[in-house]
Amino acid sequence: MIIRSKKASDISSSEITPPEIYLGRRRFIRDAGLGLATLALSGTTSTNEVAGQSQEIPPRFRNLKSELGEDLNSYRDITTYNNFYEFGTDKRDPSRNSSEFEPQPWTVSIEGHVNKPGNYELDDILAPVTMEDRIYRLRCVEAWSMVIPWHGFPLADLIKRVEPTSNAKFVRFETVHRPEQMPYQKTGVLPWPYVEGLRIDEAMHPLTTLVTGVYGTELPNQNGAPLRLIVPWKYGFKGIKSIVKIEFVEEMPTNTWKMANSFEYGFYSNVNPEVSHPRWSQARERRLPSLFKSHETLMFNGYGEEVSQLYAGMDLHRWK
Amino acid sequence: MAMAKRFLNFTQGWTFTAGSNPHSNLGSNTMIQKHRILVCKMLIWVAALSPGAWLVAGLFLNWLGANPVETLTHITGMTTLVLLLVTLSVTPLRRITGWNVAIRLRRPLGLFAFFYALIHFNIWFVFDQVFNWRWMVEDIIERPYITVGFSAFVTLIPLALTSTKGWMRRLGIRWTKIHRGIYLATTLGVIHYYWLVKADVRLPLLLAFCLSVLLIYRIPGWLEKRRRTIARSHGSDVS
Ligand code: HEM
Repeated sequence: MIIRSKKASDISSSEITPPEIYLGRRRFIRDAGLGLATLALSGTTSTNEVAGQSQEIPPRFRNLKSELGEDLNSYRDITTYNNFYEFGTDKRDPSRNSSEFEPQPWTVSIEGHVNKPGNYELDDILAPVTMEDRIYRLRCVEAWSMVIPWHGFPLADLIKRVEPTSNAKFVRFETVHRPEQMPYQKTGVLPWPYVEGLRIDEAMHPLTTLVTGVYGTELPNQNGAPLRLIVPWKYGFKGIKSIVKIEFVEEMPTNTWKMANSFEYGFYSNVNPEVSHPRWSQARERRLPSLFKSHETLMFNGYGEEVSQLYAGMDLHRWK
Repeated sequence: MAMAKRFLNFTQGWTFTAGSNPHSNLGSNTMIQKHRILVCKMLIWVAALSPGAWLVAGLFLNWLGANPVETLTHITGMTTLVLLLVTLSVTPLRRITGWNVAIRLRRPLGLFAFFYALIHFNIWFVFDQVFNWRWMVEDIIERPYITVGFSAFVTLIPLALTSTKGWMRRLGIRWTKIHRGIYLATTLGVIHYYWLVKADVRLPLLLAFCLSVLLIYRIPGWLEKRRRTIARSHGSDVS
């Protein structure tokens, strides 16, 4: 099912995009063999081959666009170009080094200021929720971006079920720690396990999504299987992967990148073209697969209409 | 003067080419030497051009991944730095093995390093800055790792321009001094790499270690030279 609503950041499909606009917009034929272009041509279910895995992509993704008329990135690009330092620091490492990772069975420990803490089987978490396709822009702090059709459900649905108390001011997430399956956890490249956090109102926001799939298919290991976070108005590193712990806390948690380098990374990490990172100007981005870093970065990654009220009165130059 | 003599000695070694050797007293041993240097030069050409060839092929055959520009930047930057370090290894190699003609490998190595630096810079200018001079200047001023990388590149330009035999002759002793810029450029290159890495600094540190070894190796020679210069100037004072 694809969610549709009138809000700017929700997706619109090809039905309302005139074909002369979306045809011919594909900048690179190079994805034709594996990506969306194939779907557009064949009109039937297509097979995607990545690292030996075969993925059936449902036909509903044919000619889909973001609301700005942006093409979706190919399944192949989304699943072979990843920052997931547990599997290596090169973008290709996660797709190469994650085949030993076992995303099943999976339990998530829910802790802290909630009425219903405990170890939840992933299947039990997923049983009552309605899955949706969510087409979001993903803006990496390294100034590249993609448009990705995630599959998941609002984090708010889960939060409501576990009933946070009034002391729950922040939510703290933790990635699984399995050095034997995640080779870079044996190195000191980052402090492990990976930690991320959100303010409770950010976590409850309807755009904030717990993701279990991409392109309507199961989330591959390199993308954070079996359960990851997506907060589309924040830089990609806030989207913690392979979550095993969700803790409701009173104090602002310290996220991993801030721990590693507090001068460069903050807690909020909202996409903001006006606040540049010491290594990258954030005013522009490279919208893959384009070669040029000429795509203008939008405030809150283009989701300002929905989320800017969360930060009313806050100095966003200070609260990075 | 001693330095000038030494310089002339090795320019001679540098300039002679197969078949034009005026010193007929050098026997068949020299032929083997020449042969060896030719083979080495060929190997250098093949080795130095292969990353470039791999990238060009990858661009056309689409194996550079979802973000080809990143791959291009990384491979050309890494090749530049490695070639600079290899260039700096020529002198220690000569001293340790006594294989003096190896000096003739230094220029092609240095020029290949510059060749990759030039491509590396242009990838950044074309694809990251999209030919925009204002963005470019902003990036150079605001981002320390770019400031340092850019300085390294600028330092290399005069070295590449004066690498010909003609310039060597014209500049004489000053040529050697100018070409010490490679120490600065390589050091800046290593700092550039160290600063741009987000978290995994192991490789930049390894390259920094290699650079330190190559620099430290030279310190006794520098000290010795200085001692001699000072001694000589004292001597002339007295006389
Ligand atoms: C002698 C000069 C230079 C050397 C030795 C050098 C070396 C390097 C190395 C080793 C890397 C990292 C490669 C990797 O991660 O595998 C790199 C990346 C990079 N260099 Fe250079 N570089 C030089 C000059 C420049 C200049 C002049 C610029 C631009 C003005 C530049 C811009 C970049 C950029 C944008 C990156 C990628 C940064 C990223 O991944 O975020 N470099 N360079």
